[in-house]
Amino acid sequence: MGEYKRPTTAIEFEQNFAQKKPLMNDTEAYYESSRCLYCYDAPCVQACPTGIDIPLFIKQINTKNTVGAAKTIFDSNWLGNACGKICPTGVLCEGACVYNHQDVPPLQIGRLQNYATDKAIAEKRNLFHAGSDNGKKIAMVGAGPASIAAACELRTLGYAVDIFEAKDKPTGLTVYGIAPYKITNEEVLNELAFLQDQLGFVIHYNHPITSTKDLEENYDAIFLGVGLGPTAELNLKGEDKQGVVGAVEFIEELRMQHHKISVPDKVIVIGGGNTAMDAASESARMGANETILAYRRDKSDMGAYDFEYELAVGSGVTSLFNVQPLEIMGNGKANGVKFIKTVTENGRLRTVEGSEFIVACDMVIKATGQAKLADFLRDIDGLELDSKKRIIVNTANYQTTNPKYFAGGDAVNGGAEVVNAAYHGKMAAKGIHEWITDNG
Amino acid sequence: MPDLSINFAGIKSPNPFWLASAPPTNSGYQVMKAFDAGWGGAVWKTLGIPVINVSSRYGSINYRDTRMAGFNNIELITDRPLADNLKEIEEVKKFFPNHAVIASLMVESKAEWQQIIKDVENAGADGIELNFGCPHGMCERGMGSAVGQEPEVLQTIVEWVMEAANIPVITKLSPNISHITDPGLAAARGKTDAISLINTIKSIVGIDLDTYAPYPVVDGKGTNGGYCGPAVKPIALHMLKDLAQHPEIKHIPLSGIGGIETWRDVVEFILLGAESVQVCTAAMHYGFGIVREMEAGLVQFMNDKGYETIYDFKGKALPNVTEWKHLNLKHKVVANINKDKCIGCDLCYIACDDAAHQAIKLDKSDGNRIPEIIDENCVGCNLCALVCPVEECITMEKRDDGKSSVTWEERTLAGSIPTTFDDDLAGGKHHFVPSVEDALKHRK
Ligand SMILES: Cc1cc2nc3c(=O)[nH]c(=O)nc-3n(C[C@H](O)[C@H](O)[C@H](O)COP(=O)(O)OP(=O)(O)OC[C@H]3O[C@@H](n4cnc5c(N)ncnc54)[C@H](O)[C@@H]3O)c2cc1C
Ligand SMILES: Cc1cc2nc3c(=O)[nH]c(=O)nc-3n(C[C@H](O)[C@H](O)[C@H](O)COP(=O)(O)O)c2cc1C
Ligand code: SF4
Ligand code: SF4
Ligand code: SF4
Repeated sequence: MGEYKRPTTAIEFEQNFAQKKPLMNDTEAYYESSRCLYCYDAPCVQACPTGIDIPLFIKQINTKNTVGAAKTIFDSNWLGNACGKICPTGVLCEGACVYNHQDVPPLQIGRLQNYATDKAIAEKRNLFHAGSDNGKKIAMVGAGPASIAAACELRTLGYAVDIFEAKDKPTGLTVYGIAPYKITNEEVLNELAFLQDQLGFVIHYNHPITSTKDLEENYDAIFLGVGLGPTAELNLKGEDKQGVVGAVEFIEELRMQHHKISVPDKVIVIGGGNTAMDAASESARMGANETILAYRRDKSDMGAYDFEYELAVGSGVTSLFNVQPLEIMGNGKANGVKFIKTVTENGRLRTVEGSEFIVACDMVIKATGQAKLADFLRDIDGLELDSKKRIIVNTANYQTTNPKYFAGGDAVNGGAEVVNAAYHGKMAAKGIHEWITDNG
Repeated sequence: MPDLSINFAGIKSPNPFWLASAPPTNSGYQVMKAFDAGWGGAVWKTLGIPVINVSSRYGSINYRDTRMAGFNNIELITDRPLADNLKEIEEVKKFFPNHAVIASLMVESKAEWQQIIKDVENAGADGIELNFGCPHGMCERGMGSAVGQEPEVLQTIVEWVMEAANIPVITKLSPNISHITDPGLAAARGKTDAISLINTIKSIVGIDLDTYAPYPVVDGKGTNGGYCGPAVKPIALHMLKDLAQHPEIKHIPLSGIGGIETWRDVVEFILLGAESVQVCTAAMHYGFGIVREMEAGLVQFMNDKGYETIYDFKGKALPNVTEWKHLNLKHKVVANINKDKCIGCDLCYIACDDAAHQAIKLDKSDGNRIPEIIDENCVGCNLCALVCPVEECITMEKRDDGKSSVTWEERTLAGSIPTTFDDDLAGGKHHFVPSVEDALKHRK
C-alpha cells in the first residue's frame, strides 16, 4: 500500500502536497532573523547565484523593515519569492551558512526570503517602477523565469518589452514543472502579477514563435528564454505504448489538473535526476500503490540531490539500481518493463548477460532528460550551439553569436534552477542595454 | 529617494550617519573604508597628548545568544603620532571632499588647545569635537570626564576653543553626572556650535570568578571602563531629550550617540532631536557594512511617511515626552490574550500573579494552559504583553471612553489630589488582592 490516499478533492490534494517550506509567522521570522551573525563578505551571499545581500535582508526583517527586506531581495533576484521556496537552498545559501561548521542548523534563508517577499506581494507594495520610455523595443521568446527577469530589468531601464509565450500561463517550468509541494500555482502567479503590475511588460499568450524573422524587423533586440523541449525519446521497444509518458509532460498535467488526474496502481519512473525524483514523489503522493524508481547505475551515481532522493523515499518510493530498461511490455498498453542488470567496470557501464527480468506496472514515466529545441534555434542566422545543443553566449553579457540575440536560462546552461535563469535574465538585460546604448 | 543630507552647525554631510570617535576612526585607512561603505561622516579617534594603552582593553555583556549587548573599554585616546593623523585627515579630505571629517580633541592647557585646533584646521578638518567624556584613565589626569563633570571647567575650555576655532565646534558630553543639562548649559554659555552625547558610562561589566578581577583583566587587575553599545541607548535617548527640550539649549544642533545599531535606533534619535547620529559599538561588532541596513531602513521610513529631508521629522517626538504630572489619569488599557496565538507558556500568568497584580487566572482543568485576563484586576501595566513570546498575542486594549482627561497637575490646581488611598486601579475598590493564606493553597 502506498503512504498516500488518492486525492479526490482540492483539499486532499493540498494535504498530499503540503508545502515543504511553509510561510513563517511573525514570531518565527523574528526569532530566526535574530540568529543571523551578519557575517562579513558572507558565504551565504557568495553561494547565491544571484548574490542577494542575505545578511542585510535578514537584519531588515529583524528590525521590522520587512518591505525593505523584500526590496533588497528583488533588487538582486526578480523571482525572489519563488526562489525562496523552490531553490535547493541546502546546496546553495543555507549549505554555505557558517552555522553548519558549528553543527548548528543554518539560518532558514529561503523561508525568511519568502516571509519578506510574500508580505510585499500580499500588501501590493510598490517597490519598483518602469523607467521613462527610451523608445526601444525588446522581444522575448518564452515567458519562463529567464525572460521574466530580463523583462523586469529592461522595464526599469525604459525599454518596451513584448514576451511571446506558446502556452497560456507565464513563468515556464516554475508553474508547469516544479513539484507542487514546493510552491503552489497561485504563489507563482501572484509574484508574476506583482511584478507585472509595477513594471508593465506585455506577455502574448498562446503565441508560439516558429520563425523570428518578424521579430528581427520589429524589435531592437531579441532575448531567447525558450528553456528546453519535451522529454527526450529513449528509443526503447514499446515506447509508444499507452501509459508511457514523459516526466515533464506528466508533471505539467499534474500541476494544471491537480486531483483531477489519476495515477494507476503501479508506476515505474525511469531516471536518476531531480526530475525523476520529483516525478516519483508526485506519483506516490497521487496515491499510486507502488512507485518504483529505476536507475541504470548505482545510487551514488545519481544526478539528483540527496535531499530530493530522500524526499522520494520518504513518500514511499522504492528503488531499483543498476538496471537498464530494454523494452516496454504490454499489448497496446504498457503492463511492465523488461530490465537488464548492469555493472560498472573501470568506470564503464556494462549489461550482465542473461540477467533480464520483467517488472509489472501500469504506467511508465520517463525522466530521462528534456530534448533541446535545436530545430527552432538552428533557424536563426548565425546562432551557434555547442555540442550539447546549448546556445553559446558570452557570459559577460549573455549575447549570442548573432549580436541581435541574447539568451539565458535552461537553453543556455542545459537545465539548472530557476535562480540561475533569473540571474541570466538580469545579466542579459544589462548586456542588451549596454549593446543598444553603444550601438545607438 | 529622499534627501538624507544634513548641514550640521555648518558641517555638511551627505547623510546623518557618522562614526563616533573611537577605534573605527583610528586611521585614514579605516575612515576611507567607512566612507566607501556609505558613512557620511567620521569623528576621528581623539587626538591629544601622548598616551600609552594597555593590552586587554575590552569587555562585554553577552545577553543570552546576543553578544556585545553592552560593551566596555579601558582604552585611552589615540596612541598614534599626531603628525600621522593630520596627514591622513588631509588625504581623506582629498578623496572625499564632501564627507564630514571631524577631529576629536583632548588636551590640557589653553595653549595646547589653541595649537591643536590650528593643526586640525590646517589638515582640512570640517569640524572639531571636544572630548569631555572618557571616564577612565584620562580623567585620572584631569581630562575627559573630569572636565565633563565640572561645568565651570568645561565652559572655560569651550571658551578657549571658541576663541581660536574657525570651524564648527561640537562639545561631546559625558553621561557620568546627575543632570546632563548642567554640562549642556555650560557648553551653551561657552558658545559651542553644537553638542554631541553620550560618551561612555562608568562601568564594571563583570568579575572573573577564578581570579576575582574585573573584566577586562590586565595582569590580574582591572579598572572601571566606559560602557556603551545597545544597552546604553535608553540612557542616551533620555539625555538627548533633556537637552533638546531645554529652552536655553534646544537651538543648538545635537548629535546623538549611544547604542545605535539599526535604522530604528537612528529614527528614534532623530525624533528626539538629533540631527546626526554617531556609532561606535555596532561598527566594532559588524564592520562598516552595518550602515547599509541603517540607510535602507531610514529611506524606507521616510518614503512611507512622506518625509523629504531629515529636518521634516527631526524632534517630532519631543512634544510627546512630558512630565508625569501631565499624563492623562483617565487613560485605561487592559490586556487581551489572543487565544488562537497563545502557546501556553504561562509566563504571563506567573509574571502577573507573582510580580504584578494577580489579574490573570489559569484554569488548569482538562490540561488547559491558556490563561485568562481578569479584566477588573488588570491595571494595564503591560508586563504580560512584554513577557509573552508570541508576536501580537497579548495586546493592550483601550478601555477608556477616549473623551475624559484629567492630569495630576490639573487635580493639584483644582485642589482635588487624594488625601486617602483612592486609586481606582488599586486593591479595595474594583480590584481584589488575594488573601494572605491563598499564597499557601498548594500545600494542602
Ligand atoms: C520537473 C522539473 C522540476 C524542477 N524543479 C525545480 C526546483 O525545484 N527548483 C528550481 O529552482 N528549478 C527547478 N527546475 C528547473 C527550472 O524550472 C528551470 O531551470 C527554469 O524554469 C528555466 O527557466 P527558463 O526561463 O530558461 O525556461 P522555462 O522555464 O523552460 O521557460 C521557457 C518558456 O518558453 C516557452 N517557449 C519555448 N519555446 C517557445 C517558442 N518557440 N515560442 C514561444 N514560447 C516558447 C515555453 O513554453 C516556456 O514557457 C525544475 C525543472 C523541471 C523540469
Ligand atoms: C573602545 C572605545 C574607544 C573609545 N574612544 C573614544 C575616544 O577616543 N574619544 C571619544 O570621544 N569617545 C570614545 N569612545 C566613545 C564612543 O565615541 C561613543 O561615544 C560611545 O561608545 C557610545 O556609542 P556606541 O554605543 O555606539 O558605542 C570610545 C568607545 C569605545 C568602545
Ligand atoms: S552565513 Fe549564515 S549567519 Fe552568516 S550572514 Fe549568512 S545567513 Fe547569516
Ligand atoms: S581583534 Fe585583532 S587586535 Fe584585537 S585581539 Fe583580536 S586579532 Fe588582536
Ligand atoms: S505569555 Fe503569551 S503565549 Fe504564554 S501563556 Fe501568556 S498569552 Fe499564552
